[in-house]
Amino acid sequence: MTLSWKDIEIGCIVTEPGSASEYRTGDWRADRPEYDFSRCIKCGICYIYCPEGCIYQNDDGYFVADMYYCKGCGICAVECWTKAISMVQEEEV
Amino acid sequence: MTAKMIGLEGSLAVAEAAKMADVDVVAAYPITPQTHIVERLADMVASGELNANYIPVESEHSALSACLGSSATGARTFTATAGQGLELMHEVLYVASAMRLPIVMSVANRALSGPLSVWGDHSDVMAVRDVGWIQIFVENAQQAFDNIICAFKIAENKDVLIPVMVHLDGFHLSHVVEPLYLLDQEQVDSFLPDYDHPLALNPEKPVSMGAFAMPVVFTETKKAQDVALKESKKVILEIWSEFEKLSGRKYRPVETYKSEDADTLILMMGSFSETAMLAIDELREEGRKVGLVRFRLWRPFPKEELIREIGNAKTVIILDRSLSYGTYVGSVCSEVRAALYARENRPDVVGFTGGLGGRDIAVAQFKDMVDKGEQAEKKSKDEIDIIGVRE
Repeated sequence: MTLSWKDIEIGCIVTEPGSASEYRTGDWRADRPEYDFSRCIKCGICYIYCPEGCIYQNDDGYFVADMYYCKGCGICAVECWTKAISMVQEEEV
Repeated sequence: MTAKMIGLEGSLAVAEAAKMADVDVVAAYPITPQTHIVERLADMVASGELNANYIPVESEHSALSACLGSSATGARTFTATAGQGLELMHEVLYVASAMRLPIVMSVANRALSGPLSVWGDHSDVMAVRDVGWIQIFVENAQQAFDNIICAFKIAENKDVLIPVMVHLDGFHLSHVVEPLYLLDQEQVDSFLPDYDHPLALNPEKPVSMGAFAMPVVFTETKKAQDVALKESKKVILEIWSEFEKLSGRKYRPVETYKSEDADTLILMMGSFSETAMLAIDELREEGRKVGLVRFRLWRPFPKEELIREIGNAKTVIILDRSLSYGTYVGSVCSEVRAALYARENRPDVVGFTGGLGGRDIAVAQFKDMVDKGEQAEKKSKDEIDIIGVRE
């Protein structure tokens, strides 16, 4: 971070739309979702409930979380009707 | 063109100024002793005399929050409060200045509870020293009218964009009918350009306001805000100078009365300055070299002007109209001492506390303060000395 006090926009106003998407909230998680796609019925409930809005449909149409943003809250696992999602601890690095 | 002198209650002079400035939004909650200001504005909006949106909110916290929103869209915004009301909006005060929104607010200075008091003192002012607003004191209805108009121009200046508080003494000024000259509407229109925020909320050019900042950058945002407040003084001086050309009335950050050759100065803010001036006149007749120095500009703190106007006085007697509990020096006294600390041959700075919760201070009491303040015995004691307290 090299931003000088002189470069701060007046009132800390953010003029670049969507700039929050550059922030790697995935670093915050302690648990990660793991998928058993044999149980997934592609209902999209996890996508609706994700508070981060980071779940998307992959090329096969299954719903998965984007690990760049996923904070590991586990709401998708709780809401999944078929229990296709389980939360496992992130490996220690 | 000769202006006509009229009589207006202090609070109504403020309302008149806000009306002539053609405010767009007034979001306000009533509280003694400012209520007349916002009631008058509400009347003017209802009758069509003022084309503005009057938002009657449910509390002062909501009032200032609504003002944040309206100012953010580029609407000229005004509100008024006093005492507990100023405290109720306390957290939003910091947000308004950090977000650089040029709200103008008149504060009819009122004592903070408890016990409950509707009467005037400066405890509400001292509670908001640090909030980042430009703060101006006025002593009479003329100054109130003039400085509300100047406040809009100062706040909305593109190099400033900082909210402004104009302090007037609750009851002693807000509820007293005083003589003043209004400006013509054409004069005000020529003096006040339209408010044009460079990054106002606008669906065609979207921005995000009210961002949060991680520790890695918070410090830099605070420095930027502090520098902006300090640099606003240049603009304030320019605008007061322009106002002088318009009206013939001159305002300075630190104003004086018979101070040039004074050995002893009384230093204070607000309407009691005028009582102090009577005391100084009487003392001068007795051959005492006493003068008055008063803050017109309280924030940004006018350190240079203060030091210059204090000059070679040997004793500076401070009147604090608030009591900061648990310490040995008044708020204004400590700020003046700090400003003078590095000066060689600095004067003795002696503090008195008085005029709390509407308690009057008579001319004779000001003279007592001068007598006592010049004594070595008084100078050697650092204690809160409350004028007129019944022991």
